[in-house]
Formats: sequence, C-alpha cells, structure tokens
Amino acid sequence: MTKVRKITYRDAVREALIEALERDPRVFLMGEDVGRYGGAYACSKGMLERFGEERIRDTPLSESGFVGAGIGAALGGMRPIVEVMTVNFSLLALDQIVNNAATLRHMSGGQFSVPIVIRMATGAGRQLAAQHSHSFECWYAHVPGIKVLAPATIADARGMLWPALLDPDPVIIFEHATLYNDEGEIAEEGDLSVDIERAATRRAGRDATVITYGGSVKKALAAAEMLADDGISCEVIDLRSLRPLDDETIIASVKRTHRAVIVDEGWRSGSLAAEISARITEQALYALDAPVARVCSVEVPIPYPRHLEIAATPQPESIAAAVKGVLRR
Amino acid sequence: MIEFRMPSLGADMDAGTLVEWLKKPGDPVRHGDIMAVVETQKGAIEIEVFDDGVLDQILTKPGEKVPVGHVIATIRGADEPPGEGPLPVGAPPPPPTAASAMPPASKVTPPPPVECPTRQISVTPAARHRAAELGIDLGQIEPGPDGIIGLDQIEAAKRPPPPEPERKPAGISFEEMRKAIAAAMAKSHREIPHYYVSSTIDVSLLMGWLEAENERRSLPARLLYAVPLIRALALALAETPELNGHYIDGRFLPATHVNMGIAVAMRGGGLIAPAIAKVEALTMDAMMDKLRDLVGRVRSGRLRSSELSEGTVTFSNLGEDTADEVLPIIYPPQVAIIGCGKIAKRPWVSEGSLVVRRTLTVSVAGDHRVSDGRRAARFLSRFEQLLKSPEAL
Amino acid sequence: MTAEHASKLHLTREHALKLLEKMILIRRFEERCAELYGAGKIRGFLHLYIGEEANAVGVIEALTPDDAIVATYREHGHALVRGIPITSVMAEMYGKAAGSSRGHGGSMHIFDAKTRFYGGNAIVGGGLPLAVGLALADKMQGLNRVTCCFFGEGAAAEGEFHESLNLAALWKLPVFFVCENNRYAMGTAIERSQSVTDMCVHARSYGIPAEAVDGMDVVAVEAAARRLAGEVRGGGGPRFLENKTYRFRAHSMFDPELYRPKSEVEEWKKRDPIVRLTDWLQRIGLAHEADIDAIDKTVKLEIDEAVAFAEAAPWEPVEDLARDVYTPRVNAERRP
Repeated sequence: MTKVRKITYRDAVREALIEALERDPRVFLMGEDVGRYGGAYACSKGMLERFGEERIRDTPLSESGFVGAGIGAALGGMRPIVEVMTVNFSLLALDQIVNNAATLRHMSGGQFSVPIVIRMATGAGRQLAAQHSHSFECWYAHVPGIKVLAPATIADARGMLWPALLDPDPVIIFEHATLYNDEGEIAEEGDLSVDIERAATRRAGRDATVITYGGSVKKALAAAEMLADDGISCEVIDLRSLRPLDDETIIASVKRTHRAVIVDEGWRSGSLAAEISARITEQALYALDAPVARVCSVEVPIPYPRHLEIAATPQPESIAAAVKGVLRR
Repeated sequence: MIEFRMPSLGADMDAGTLVEWLKKPGDPVRHGDIMAVVETQKGAIEIEVFDDGVLDQILTKPGEKVPVGHVIATIRGADEPPGEGPLPVGAPPPPPTAASAMPPASKVTPPPPVECPTRQISVTPAARHRAAELGIDLGQIEPGPDGIIGLDQIEAAKRPPPPEPERKPAGISFEEMRKAIAAAMAKSHREIPHYYVSSTIDVSLLMGWLEAENERRSLPARLLYAVPLIRALALALAETPELNGHYIDGRFLPATHVNMGIAVAMRGGGLIAPAIAKVEALTMDAMMDKLRDLVGRVRSGRLRSSELSEGTVTFSNLGEDTADEVLPIIYPPQVAIIGCGKIAKRPWVSEGSLVVRRTLTVSVAGDHRVSDGRRAARFLSRFEQLLKSPEAL
Repeated sequence: MTAEHASKLHLTREHALKLLEKMILIRRFEERCAELYGAGKIRGFLHLYIGEEANAVGVIEALTPDDAIVATYREHGHALVRGIPITSVMAEMYGKAAGSSRGHGGSMHIFDAKTRFYGGNAIVGGGLPLAVGLALADKMQGLNRVTCCFFGEGAAAEGEFHESLNLAALWKLPVFFVCENNRYAMGTAIERSQSVTDMCVHARSYGIPAEAVDGMDVVAVEAAARRLAGEVRGGGGPRFLENKTYRFRAHSMFDPELYRPKSEVEEWKKRDPIVRLTDWLQRIGLAHEADIDAIDKTVKLEIDEAVAFAEAAPWEPVEDLARDVYTPRVNAERRP
C-alpha cells in the first residue's frame, strides 16, 4: 500500500524543481522573479536560499534575451529551466523559441541539440483581462522541433519535469494558472517521474469521449459528473502531451464511444481542438455518430468581469451541453 | 405446407434476383406481410405473402436469381410441425439467440417513404456502418425528429442479421426499366387489338367545384384534380365491366374491384403504373393520401409486387402543360387504359353561343377482344355525367 | 599559446602572408559565389562579404579553437577563416548533403560543431542572446573560453541587442561583441535609423568597455581584437569592438543599391583591405609579386576543388527530410 501525502500543484512544481537541481548540477532555473521574490506563483519559494544565485537566477525583463540565453546555455552544455512568467509574455521570446530552439537541430543538419525546458503559466480564470489570459499552447504545438506538455494533475506537475530535462530537445511545459492552489495526493516515496508522451484516460465512459488538457480537465470531469446524473457516461481524456499528440489513445476511445467533444481554452479558429478534430476525421470518420464538437473560448479578448470571463471560457455546463448535443438528446 | 413462389411482377418478368429476406424461419407471417426484396429490371420490389402461418424454410439465398414461379420458401400452418430433414443447402443458419424477435405484423402498413440515404435524410457514418453489420436496410429506418439516422435509430430497429452478408437493394436502374417498359409496350402493341374512343368534356364545373373545395382546405389536405377524375372513372367502370379486368390465356376475367393503375413518370424517363386497390371504395381524401404515397414510393423505388400485378385498369394523365390528347397503350394483362390530356381553356358552344370553357380530352383504349367502341363510348358518357356532380363523387 | 602571448600581435612575414591569403581566399570565394548564383547553382539569398574581409580575418586570429563564434547571415568568410572546410561550405551553398549543415541551411545557416561555429543566423539580432547563453554556460561550468558574437550595426536597433548587452554586463559574461558597422542595414543608412550612431556609446551605456577600429585595416583589427578578447578571457566581463567597415557589393544579390551613391562606393574601394595590405607589404618588402601569385594560384585551386566537390556531391534523399527534427533516442521516434 503506497503511502500518500497531500500537496498542492504549486508544491508539486517546487518539489520537481528541487529534485532536478539536486540530481544534476547542470540544471539551473532562470527567469523573472524566480529568486528573491520566490517565483511569481511561489513555485520557487525558498530555492534561492537553498541553491544560490548562480542556479536560481533572477533575470531582467528581457524575455527574448534570457530565453535566447537559455538556448545558448543549453547549447553550451547546461540544462537550463527557463521560466517565462506567463505565455502572454512569451510572445516577446517567440523569435528565440521558434527560430532558434525549434530550428537549430534541423537547420544545422543534426549537429546540435537544444536541451532546454521552458515553463510558462497559461490560461484565464483569475480576472486578469485580455493581456494576461491567453492560451497559446496551440501556437507552440504547431511548431516542429519542440515538444509541448500540459500537466493537469498534481502527479503530472510533480513528475513531468525530470523526463522533460532528460529530453535532448526543447520542451515547453504549460502550467494553467488556476491549478496552482489545487490539492491532491501524491506518493510519499519512489520515482515520481511520469511518461511525457501519452494521454491519460481520467474517467472511463461509454457514450462520448471528451478530449481536453490543462485547466479544462477538471471542468470536463465536473461535466461528466453532471451528465452521469442524466444517465450519460462520458470518457474524459487528458492529453498531457500537446506535441506530439497521442493519436492512438484518442482514436481508440472515439471508435468505442462514436462521439467526440474537444474542450480547448484557446479560441476555436485554428485551435488545437481543430487539429484534433481533423485527426479524428482522418482516422475515425466511419465510427462517428455525430460531427466532432468543440468547446472553446468565445472569440473575444478575455474580459475582466467575472461573469463575462466565465461566459467567454469553457465551463462544465457548456461542456455538458456539447456532450448532449453529440448525443442528440 | 404452402409453397411461397417468386411472383411475376410484370408482364415481361421472367426471373427475379432475391436481394434480401425480411423474415426468418420461425417468424409468423400474415397476409400482406412483406417477405423479401426482389431485384427486377425495374428496380427493387418488395414481395408480399398472401397466406397466414409461420415461415418454415427459406430455399433461395440472397443473390440468387430464380425464374418466376420458383418456390423460394415454405410456410407452414401455425399448428403444423416444422419441416423434416436437414435444412437444404444454402438455407439460413438458426437465428442468433441475442437477436430480438421479428416484430409481429404491425409492419403490414407500408414503411414510411424513406428517400435513398444519399438524399435528404442524413445517416451518420457510425449508423451506416452498424446497419451494414446488422444487415439492416437503411430505407426501413425511421429517422430521428431532426432527420438524422444515428446509432440510436439503428438500435431501435435492430433485426437479426441475414444469412449472407446483405447486399443493399440496388438503386433504380433506369436503363433496365426502360428496357422492361419497351418490352411490355411492344408486346401489348403486338398482341392486343387496340381501339380508341375519345371525348372532349367541359370540366369548368368540376374545376370550379375543386377550386372552391381546396380554398376551404389546408394546404396538405388539398386535392389534385386527378382525384375526382379517378373517382368518376371508377364509378363509371362499375357499369362497364368489360373495361376492368384481366385477359389471360384467351379468357377475360372481369375484376370485382377497380384496382386503378396510376401512370407515374419516373426520374430519368419512363412510366410505371402501380395500382391503388379498390378505388371505388375510397373517399377522395383517402385517395389523395394514397396517390401521394404512391408517387413518393415511385421516386424512392419502394413499390410492392401487388401494386404492379393487381391493377385492373390504368389511368394515364398527361398532366398540365402537355398535349391535348393522349392515345395510350394498354398494360397487359389489362384490357383498357384511360388517358387524358391537359385541361385548357378552349372555345365551346353552350346553348348556341360561343364561350370559353375549360375542357379536357379523355381517350379510352380498349382491347377489342373484350370490348368495342360503343361500350367505351357509353363509359365515357357516364364518366362525363358523373363529373357534372362533383360533390357526389 | 598563453593569453598574454596571444594578445600581442606578431607581424612576421609569415603571419602577414597568412592574413593576406585568408582575405584573398574570402574575396575569391565570394566572387565565385556571385558567379554561381548568377548561374543558378546557389539559390535563395546570398550576402557577400566583399570589402569586409579584414574583420573576420583580424578578429578570428584572436580566438582559440575552444572559443565559440556566433555570426550573421553574411558569414561565409567567418566560416572559412574559422577552419570549416571550404568543400563543406561550398556544398552547403549548393544545398548538397555534404554541406556543413547537410544542405539544410544554405548560405545563411552555416553551422559547425567541431569548430564551435554557431551559425549563420538570419534574424538580425537573433544571435546575441545565444552568445550570451553560451558564455553563461562557460562561466557556470568554469570553462575559460570566449564567445565571440559578430553582428551588424543594424542589430543595435533590435531589443535583443540591448537585452543581450545588459545581461552580459550584469552577469559579467565572457562575450566578445564585435559590431561590423558597414553603415547600411540593408538599404537604410545608420544616420536614418540610429539616434546615436556611435556604437561604442551604446555599449558603454551598459557598462561594457568598447573600442572602435578601422575595419579596412586587418592589422589594426587583429591588434584590437587580441587586446579585447584577452581582457574577456582574463575574466574582465564582456567587451565591445566596433569595426568601421564597408561592403563593396549590394546587401544581397538582388539589390539595385538605390540607397547609396556610386561615388561613395568608389571612395571606400580605395581602402580595399586586400589592396592596402598587399601594397604595404610589398612596399616594406615583406611580400613580393611571386608571393601574391602563389597565393592567387593556391586560392584558385582550392576554390575550383570546392566547386567541383559541390557539383559532384549528392543531394540529400527526400526520405530523410524529417530526420533531425528531434534528437534520436533509444525509444522509437513518435509522430509529432
């Protein structure tokens, strides 16, 4: 019987960081306010005292500069974890991520690997308004040469970082901002590393497959509970890896349930949901009993007032409605 | 033990290909039940059983082509024991225990006219696949309220799988039908001595009455002008039995009822004339319903064998915007056919003056072996008379 | 060679002729590329270094094989001087599999792990953060080596320039920033894009010691580079060298040069670094006609061989297109 303890998502991230820095001297954390401030989301609280300024490195507000430096450091033999405070600010570093991190290997004919890990907070739900509420996972998932992860559970927040550091290629980890306070159980001891390529079925079901990631996973599970009261059995798949996508798990489920609903906090147009929908059409068309449905954010900049923010983003109610829609009930 | 044979579904049909069995051994059958689907030159036709009992053995496999009259199944009485001996080669295996029993003869009423799945009704890929797996004909499935046939609809209609992987009934092959029609018409022209009698009738009164009648009615309840015409024809035929019946093997068999074949144009060319049974007993509303249903099923290729074989006379209405007069050819083994051209305003003499009236030219073609021009003329005059009191039709 | 030794310039005949040969190699290579581009053998963009040879030759003399180089899309000369085989470079220009980047990058993306040559960067300013990172890695690993970052004066307008200089100075990183100021960012003169045209002022504003040098004088460039690189190597933090130079050709092959007068080009051509060095060496008797001829012959042979090599080299098979997107691992590669 594994002994478990209860921690928050934030604690899980911190423990993962600490484990990484302890295991490999080449690992260091770099980003805005990771040191003295303890991390914008308190993920690196106490780590400056423990590991020192060289390895817990506060940076100036220079996203392009320090992400590029992280890439250079990775080229130069280190294993940097670069924290970009949120995906919103990562736009300033897109050039470095896309034109350098993602392309260096192929562009150089395979001479270099870029073993960098970039962590970013993402998503809406805390009334931070348009410039602080984006979900651009799909932009990164679009680019060959990088890998994209979205830990939605405590276990994944704890266990994805080390395998990401072991990966010789750039890995971007998205932490949804509304998850940090979530509590959950984790094993007390043992190797807590998890697989970083496969999706996970969080809830088994018969009538419809709900496919989602990140902050929307718990909303999908809440929707599934609501639907169970109506006698509808939902299967909920947590993608976990957004690039590469785990087609196998997705398709096997849809072929069984015949109905798919994709929940994606990004805007529908050109979304990750659109990509998954296309793959389902390509690989499971003849099993579908209804068109693939998507529950995405309304195509507006995310607004500040609570009721509008809720209306603009996927919610358990809208997810449940979409499931009923594909069941034509 | 009753022998169920491949029926003749048309004058020129020699053989038919069994496409799909809709009953399985052990199923109870009642007069009028649809037993199977048969492919002919004219398309897929459902064949009925005219006996009561229990389907004993199936002797013809789907895909097999057999001559008209060939025994394709046996039916036993409700009290009879099942047929002895091992099942003949190719007979269906015992039905799977999981399959639900065939719903009883509540299916006597024709299935709703479902269009070919490629048209207005939507079928989900999963439903299509499942129907194929189960051997269910999508044409038999009632779509959901939104017009979609999905897995739910398939589940509701689940039948046991057929003995062989089913072949969906082929679509209407117009080429084949035209050939069949050509053959029948040629045969008719060759063998039946036709004579023709025509009459031009003032139908202003009738049309006036019809228009007033339709004013009162809601759109779906409105009558086509063919309906009072058919009523009048039926009543007139009661008095001229030589025009209503079958001529077979040198003998005329007058019919007890008027099963009026209605010539309907098929998409892609050609006419087919399925019959509405016992029109003399139908009210105009009932006849309108049947007419609508018939035309719909012609379009979707879902006709029944009795409709094609039991007509006793045929009515061929060219319809609006066509010619003035038509001299049609009799559909064997019938002995008469009535055709009419378009209703149009024409000059007319009424009480010595020249007026404009809506008129209609009606022609009767008769089999001279059975009737003659005078009988036909009398028929037409009775017909004209009946149309003068449309409210009595 | 110790740091001290290296920082003093020893202009022996041997060394002088070496400098001259390197510059001539670059010059002839670039001229040949222009010809090959016209013939359709080299495609895409081609940015020639003609006129600026003294910069790459002079600066790289100050570097050790252990040091790292980050350069721009006008980097053929840097690549050759660094020691990347001319055959590989030419094959890369052609796009052949035998190219230094397997043909994937072409003219703008020459990379070589063996000589620590980190491109070949086509985004103006994009290489500076990389250089900062490489230097950071060296410092964190206690490796005493220099990262030399070449860029044009146009990069000084990019945010990444400022972020990188700031970071390098803040963290005292061993970056040797070398600004090849050829006065034109594509078609825009420096006066029209910089409120402060003195590059050294920019560098000093971040606390980085900076010097300017005549980029048409290879000896002066080498002397300055040795001194400043030596300071970086000695742990003094970043240094900044501005080479005042000029490109005799257009920005790239399809540039009608509407933005600068022909007379200006002619003026600068009078200061051709190769002509200057040749004349000077001949004047002071360190080099003779025969030496020049010998160099010319050697260089021509090398280039002819390189072209023949590139011509004959195979193309990468299309099946290998998606190789090298991700690093191969023990487990099978998954579909993205």
